[in-house]
This record gives sequence, structure tokens and C-alpha cells, in this order.
Amino acid sequence: MSAKSDTPPASDEFDLEAEFRRSNVQEVLDKLDRELIGLQSVKQRIREIAALLLVDRARRQLGLETGAPTLHMSFTGNPGTGKTTVAMRMADILKNLGYVRQGHLVSVTRDDLVGQYIGHTAPKTREVIKKALGGVLFIDEAYYLYKPENERDYGQEAIEILLQVMENQRDDLVVILAGYADRMETFFRSNPGFRSRIAHHLDFPDYSQGELFQIAELMVAHQQYKLSPGAITALKEYIPLRMKQEHFANARSMRNAIDRAKLRQANRLFEKRATKLTRTDLMTIEAEDIRQSRIFAEPDKKRG
Amino acid sequence: MHENPRNMTQGQFSFLPPLTDDQIKKQITYAISKGWAVSVEYTDDPHPRNSYWEMWCQPMFDTKDAAAVFMEVQECRKVYGNLYIKVNAFDNTRWRESLAMSFIVNRPKVEPGFGLARTEAEGRTIRYRISSYATDKPTGKRY
Repeated sequence: MSAKSDTPPASDEFDLEAEFRRSNVQEVLDKLDRELIGLQSVKQRIREIAALLLVDRARRQLGLETGAPTLHMSFTGNPGTGKTTVAMRMADILKNLGYVRQGHLVSVTRDDLVGQYIGHTAPKTREVIKKALGGVLFIDEAYYLYKPENERDYGQEAIEILLQVMENQRDDLVVILAGYADRMETFFRSNPGFRSRIAHHLDFPDYSQGELFQIAELMVAHQQYKLSPGAITALKEYIPLRMKQEHFANARSMRNAIDRAKLRQANRLFEKRATKLTRTDLMTIEAEDIRQSRIFAEPDKKRG
Repeated sequence: MHENPRNMTQGQFSFLPPLTDDQIKKQITYAISKGWAVSVEYTDDPHPRNSYWEMWCQPMFDTKDAAAVFMEVQECRKVYGNLYIKVNAFDNTRWRESLAMSFIVNRPKVEPGFGLARTEAEGRTIRYRISSYATDKPTGKRY
């Protein structure tokens, strides 16, 4: 692409710093740092991608050759490690850098792409792609698209259409596939076309206890609640217990724990409704709100 | 003679040279920015006042980007590349509820033009009708 008329004529200098400031990417990156705990490797990778796109833009303005970079990604990690959240931020970043035009995120799973009978899949997939064009298409649990045990599964049709669009409309659409690491690995092995079209593989590690606590704290603050000192201790004891339980889903489990604590807090306040409540009462989650959790009652029993 | 004697004119821009793909995308972008539902239609029955065209796909109510609409235009061109294809934008605002834009994005390679027929009516009145030479043939064999 040649330099557009609203940009200064091609010279031999390019102010990367000014361009960086104009793109507001720093703002998005800062927000990422503030609102997402941990995930150092993921953040580092996002910074690299942002740098690449910025340099690419500089090269283009100086009239150097730039192939449209492939930005399709795969996010692998356990549930609740922030894949969807990062995908949303990614859409913002790509928009600020002018790589996608609209910067919206369309999040789908197999059911949205694959039809129920012959001839149903292609229009369905195309409909989803049309919605996502100009933004980011996020396919959660992408491996469900491919069901090797059923050779007449319609998933294959959706895969072929996706591959075609990923190749031919790289300027219009960024596809992010997400799912558990091991199953994504199997998926890529049986669909080499996907692997070769995906440039960035981002792995989302599980959170540590400390990080989970920070996440919980951030969520509480975000909802304009606060933890009493007793509640902080209780939460710190709660986290390792919860981590040992089945169906542990990292940040999502923290969110659920807080939602349940809020429920118990509301109940507690309601029971003593005869007395006047203060603003602090309404905001504070006490130790008992957390300690009433089943996890403390029967720490060894698996939750169903 | 008329400047543009053979081409069917209908909707916007039809007295201009054909729009380029980039120009088409920009027009679609404008329509989407206004919140209008964009649709693609085709016909082999040219007449300046024929507004009953075939729908190529369902109207696109929730597309965010012109690329999606243009994708349908391209698909339609693959199948009906030698027919007329137009893009419509429908404004569903209460009290307007009608087409806000309509422009031709594809034409047959050869347009045979229009014939003019005169019919004598009462007194010295003459009524005129125009019809495309293409429509002398049955549908499906016109282009």
C-alpha cells in the first residue's frame, strides 16, 4: 500500500515515538497491566505484536515493502486464565494500530458455526464470519470443530471455510482459536492447515495463589465492595483449599466465590434489617461471609 | 444521441462510470455508519423502474464492516457476473422505513440497450414505452 494523502509525504524519517503516542496503544497496554494480574509471558507477547505492527506501519509510510502480517492466534490454557479477556484487549490493540477497522470481538463456539444437516453449515459459518469481518473472531474450544470419530461430521466444512477466509481475507479478519493446551495440540496435528496459518501461539499459565488473591481483590474493588481484615485472612485460606477441588477454574472460580460471598453478605444484612445500615456495612464483606463456604465445612469432600 | 445510450440507469451513480471496488466499499461503509441494513440483489430484467430484483442473500442487519457486504457482492458476481447486481441500504427509522441508498455494482458485459415503442392513443396522443432488447429473450437466456 502506498502512503495515503493525509500522511506526510514519504521522507527518510519516521517518528516512531509520536506514532506510538498517537496510536494510544500505551493506554491499552497499561490497562492490560492494571487489570490483568500475572500473565507476564502473554503481556510480553502482546507488546511484541504491538511493536511489530507499529514498525510495520513505519515501514509502509517510508515506502518499504511490508507483507500483511498474519495475526491469527491461538490461546491455550486452562479455564479462567483470561483468554477471552485478553482477546477483547487484543481487538482494542489491533484497532488502535489500524490493523482491524472496527475492533469488535465476535465470540463463538462450535454450535454457532456448524449446522445440523447437510447444507446448513456453510451459510451458518459465513454468517458468523460476516459478523466478525473488520474485527476479531474468537472461537472458544475450537477443537470441537473437528470430530475425527464421525467422518461425516459437518465440522470439517466449517474448518475449510474458516481456513479459506483466514488466508484470503487476512486484512479483514483476525481469528483467535482458544482452548485447553493438550486438546488444541491434537486439533492442530490433525488440521495442519490451521497450524500453518496461525502465527502466534500464546500459552496462558495457571495463576499462583498470590495472583488469585490479587485477582479476587481487584474484582471486589471493581464491584465497590471491600474485604474486612478477617475476610482477607479467610480468603487467603480459601484459595488453596479451592485450588485442590475439582472443576477449579482459576479467575472464574474467584469470581464465583465472590459472588457467593456477596450473596451471604446480603443475607446477613437482611437478617439484621431492624438496625440501621451504614455505607460501610453495605460495602464490607466479613470473614463469616467467606467462611460459610462449603469448602471450609468439608474440605476433603469433592464438590460435584 | 444520449450520452449513455445502452446502459440501464437506476438508483445512484448510474450516470457515472462504473464504481471501482474501493468506491463500492466506501459507499457501503457509509451506509453501515448510518446504521442501515445493506442487501445485495440481482436481476436479468433491466428497466429503469424495475425494482423487483432477486435477493442474493438476506439483508445484513448486524454487519459491522463493509468487507462482509463486499464479500457477498463478490460471491454474487461469481454466480451472476453477467447480470445486473445492486447494493441497497434500508433505513428502518420510524417514518422513513424505506431505501436510503441503491446503486448498481455489476452490469452485463454487453447491454443491448432499449427500444422505444410508440402507441397511438385517443386523438393525437402518443404513448411511449421502452423495453430492453435483452428482455425479448426468455429469462435465463438474456445475457
